[in-house]
Amino acid sequence: MSVDLKLYKAIKNSGIDLILHLPCIMLKNLLELIEEKNEIPHIPITREEEGVGIAAGAYLCGKIPALLIQNSGIGNSVNAIKSLLHLFKIPIVFIMSHRGAEGEKIAAQIPMGKLTLPLLDLLGIEKFVIDTEEKISNIETAVELSTSADVSTCILLKRTLWG
Amino acid sequence: MGINMKRFDAIRKIVDSVKDEIIVCNIGAPSRELFNIRDREENFYMLGSMGLVSSIAFGMAISKPSRKIWCIDGDGSLLMNLGTLSTIANNQPNNLTLIVIDNGSYGSTGDQKTYTSKRTKLETIAKGAGFDSITVIKNEEDIIPALKDLGEGCHFVKIEVLPGNAQVENISLDPEDLKHRFMTSISK
Repeated sequence: MSVDLKLYKAIKNSGIDLILHLPCIMLKNLLELIEEKNEIPHIPITREEEGVGIAAGAYLCGKIPALLIQNSGIGNSVNAIKSLLHLFKIPIVFIMSHRGAEGEKIAAQIPMGKLTLPLLDLLGIEKFVIDTEEKISNIETAVELSTSADVSTCILLKRTLWG
Repeated sequence: MGINMKRFDAIRKIVDSVKDEIIVCNIGAPSRELFNIRDREENFYMLGSMGLVSSIAFGMAISKPSRKIWCIDGDGSLLMNLGTLSTIANNQPNNLTLIVIDNGSYGSTGDQKTYTSKRTKLETIAKGAGFDSITVIKNEEDIIPALKDLGEGCHFVKIEVLPGNAQVENISLDPEDLKHRFMTSISK
């Protein structure tokens, strides 16, 4: 089974029932699987902060939403994470590719790549780093934590996951 | 005829029209005014995150298709998040009405002018985004009939008002209590 199919199955089994997404080259195959299988409702968004708003509305109406985005988007979402998600204790799951880290060739990705882990700590978002296939099961752990404790969590997908 | 109402008057007419719709309301003065006109369990007051009220309403609309959602947004806040108009209109929820109360100013921060006081027309942007219907209201007495006439669909309603806030109390609800009250009320 491919890494992307394993990721897909873990997301589906975790109970996530709405995916709000923006593209990333690292997420290309996963996004295609989500589209092709069409089992989990999924909606393209125009900016990550908008996705935080949509996810919050969906949660308030009973959904378990996830944002599937590139790590650059966490920067676009900072105020919404604090003054919407944390203020009301609305949990959402961020599933992010980690650009600007190991093996990065694009200089512009590196500043946010370096900031990503400390920024998540500063925001008070518990992170689950997935850098090997064995750790894919952490997706279900993260979603379980989010839904049981009303906290947002972040699943960070590293380039090494794909070998 | 010139514009004859303020935001408070517009919200009062919206509340006079409401039946069992969920109302999601913009940060600051609009939420305070709505809270003081008529607080309901099905009102969600967005206390922070300026710009996101339309996105929150859209998230509710797709997740709760059995209920109608009315979103009260403003010109300054919608200008912060214009991309969401495309997201909303392309996904076509059939239960969402986006009501933008346009006073051409940032009302909660001292009435600094927004670009809608100059050349920008939000209804034209919404039309280009692909909303099912566009309504522009300039008279207070047109609000109730206009909202009553909207059937299923994804509607954009702009109400033009004068700048100015009503002198009302702050929202006394704790954010987490507000969340729980809202979620309990709509799951009934």
